[in-house]
Amino acid sequence: MRPAFGSVNEPRISENQLPPLSCSIIEHSGDMSRLIATIRLASNIFVPRLATRTFCTDAPEKLNDVPSGSHSNKEPNDDEGLPQHDIAIVGGGMVGMALACSLASMPLTKHLSIAIIDSNPALSNGPVIKKDDPPDPRVSTVTPATISLFKDIGAWEYVEQHRHAYFDKMQVWDYTGFGYTRYNARDADKDVLGCVVENKVLHKSLLSCLQNKDIKNTIYPTRLSSISLPTRSSVSSAGASASNISTKNLANLAKLDLSDGTNLYAKLVVGADGSKSRVRELAGIKTTGWNYSQSAVICTVEHPTENFCAWQRFLPAGPIALLPIGDNFSNIVWTMSPKDASNHKIMNEDDFVKAVNHALDFGHGPRPESRVFGGDVISSFFRPDVTSSVHERFEPPPKVLKLASDRMAFPLSLMHANQYASKRVVLIGDAAHTVHPLAGQGVNMGYGDVSSLLNVIADGVAVGSDIGEVTLLKKYEADRKTANITMMAVLDGFQKAYSVDFGPVNILRAAAFNGANVFAPLKRNIISYASGELRLPFLS
Amino acid sequence: MSRRMFSRSLCQIKSLSRSSGLAGFQPLLHNRPYATTRQPAASASSSSLNQTELAKFAAIADSWWDAEGPFKPLHIMNPTRLAFLRSTLCRHFGKDPFSVRPFEGLKFVDVGCGGGILSEPLARMGASVTGIDAVEKNIKIARLHADLDPVASSIEYRCTTAENLVEEQMKFDAVIALEVIEHVADPAEFCKSLSALTVTNGATVVSTINRSMRAYATAIIAAEYILHLLPKGTHQWSSFLTPEELVMILQCASISVEEMAGFAYDPLTGQWSLTDDIGVNFIAFGIKNNL
Repeated sequence: MRPAFGSVNEPRISENQLPPLSCSIIEHSGDMSRLIATIRLASNIFVPRLATRTFCTDAPEKLNDVPSGSHSNKEPNDDEGLPQHDIAIVGGGMVGMALACSLASMPLTKHLSIAIIDSNPALSNGPVIKKDDPPDPRVSTVTPATISLFKDIGAWEYVEQHRHAYFDKMQVWDYTGFGYTRYNARDADKDVLGCVVENKVLHKSLLSCLQNKDIKNTIYPTRLSSISLPTRSSVSSAGASASNISTKNLANLAKLDLSDGTNLYAKLVVGADGSKSRVRELAGIKTTGWNYSQSAVICTVEHPTENFCAWQRFLPAGPIALLPIGDNFSNIVWTMSPKDASNHKIMNEDDFVKAVNHALDFGHGPRPESRVFGGDVISSFFRPDVTSSVHERFEPPPKVLKLASDRMAFPLSLMHANQYASKRVVLIGDAAHTVHPLAGQGVNMGYGDVSSLLNVIADGVAVGSDIGEVTLLKKYEADRKTANITMMAVLDGFQKAYSVDFGPVNILRAAAFNGANVFAPLKRNIISYASGELRLPFLS
Repeated sequence: MSRRMFSRSLCQIKSLSRSSGLAGFQPLLHNRPYATTRQPAASASSSSLNQTELAKFAAIADSWWDAEGPFKPLHIMNPTRLAFLRSTLCRHFGKDPFSVRPFEGLKFVDVGCGGGILSEPLARMGASVTGIDAVEKNIKIARLHADLDPVASSIEYRCTTAENLVEEQMKFDAVIALEVIEHVADPAEFCKSLSALTVTNGATVVSTINRSMRAYATAIIAAEYILHLLPKGTHQWSSFLTPEELVMILQCASISVEEMAGFAYDPLTGQWSLTDDIGVNFIAFGIKNNL
């Protein structure tokens, strides 16, 4: 039986839900109820919106010469025939599309014209995803914070119509058999810990959401080759020589050259093009990081019955995670040395299934003993404040029957860009940071970046700033850098703590397992932090 | 809420000014060192300006748009001042706060616009902006920078004074003079000019620094001498105005101050925020009375 779920987190007030006499979000001072009452009565509230709609229907007739793919609503060209956009999002993946959709959802930003540059053909005319398609091994675990972002955008309904799996339980243990921790969403008074969704479903949900929105967007199905960013000298020389105002204006914008020969101008270039970001390279932003001497093998497997719990067992070479993805399928993320990863990728299917079952249960060490809580002196100290999951016994993970998809292997590394923003350029998602998959946080950090950048851009538009101005973008960087670096430090700490097989360290880890299991405030804090509710751990 | 406490104190200020009259405050205003020197009649109506102050700004005019230069605190404060302007002016003119260009169709004048760091965002918010400044260099810099953005290039920049505009009988929906009045020789005359430029029931917004001990410690000692955020000599403590004085001289110029707010700077995060504490930097929003 599927667990029931309610709303997660504080609902953000979206434009459609705004009742006549409620408080607004952006203002710093003033009596808002008075203001809202005034504006609801004023008729000029509709004038700007009407103007935008008329513009949109007229615009497509103007443009014949731009060799771009599918688009809805066009941006006027300047004198030289090159299109100008407000924001150019390089990379139309899960995070880039989420930014485009959220810009379309906010009243202050939906007038901006967006260009999305991605050569992935799925963006222009991808195949329709059916509910009973074979499962794709590329999945992501989305936290409640990300779910509420999707709900605000309006993309979550699509996800719910396709294969997805909410889970409310998690069990973490290691091969030594000394201890285990069980997390239950009810420990932190929530309904779910997260939801596991295939990446293609997440992506398609955002794509179809964008198509239904009223924002001017153009998709360029090509790659970025180079960017010319305005420098002090280019701006002042253009000012001195050119009498044409439009030339002066263009010298102040970022010019993008695409590999099919198209050029376009933008006020802000967003690099959402993944860990090998071209935007980051062209902007000259350096990175810090290291490779883990590990690779991850991912695949989908099938069980005899449905799985509602997320399982993670730390082995000497790395953790193996089993995540439910819906129906009777689960996704495996198994971290191991690169050599073992390539062996596991090519070994025959039955051997692989045997290896998986061995790794999940009984392999490398015994099962932990179920600790029954209560009765002794120590637990009497905790009796008033104890989570319900502390009474749960250790459960062995479900048996894997067979493989349900291809196996893939990826090398793992930690990477962090030294800056997230420079003049007219900003980085989000994997272009700014990559982490170890052991806690399923990677893409959720990217969605956190999207929320933050959206608010920064909206605040900038509200006070009439130039959205490509460094001082504005640095606010986004200041907000996200702390949060991302903290998360990366925590995850890296875990990765290093679990790669040591040494007696005293094993005992310490076991103590940590049991401590996290029993000590309720710590468990609640861990759950809240991993769910994306807390920006920093332990500081609430 | 502190907003209620605040408007009560505003009423007290207003009643105080009405009861004691101008006489009680005049000595203070005439304490300005340069109030008695009047400029020669070359521009006969530039009586509220002070040449020393003009020269100070002409010297650093080139660095107006350098976000790391001597105008850095102004650049950082800008979004906060604009938030106050947007909030109060949207409410006053009955505009939609969620609109991207709420000031469409309104005429604003930015008195003492400098390099245009306030005028450009106001133009992006839809207003028809006229920016005036007495320093020719500032106007040149402002025009050059505004041409970089097609929206901002609609701003009309003029090297003139508020008094000249009054003689031309120009009127604006909102007259905005931020961080100007502390550099002016005769604030009372200046406010009268601002008022004459405002249409009836139009808005006048003035911001300055309070003449308090805290302001001396913060805006002069800390900002100029310790943290070097501003060049030494940017501000003279004796030319600051207290909120009571400002309300009073605006009252005498037929402008009733409706709202006031303060700006607080947090040196740890480097951010300004709007607050009810008018102890150091403050901004006043007033409405021109029916005469």
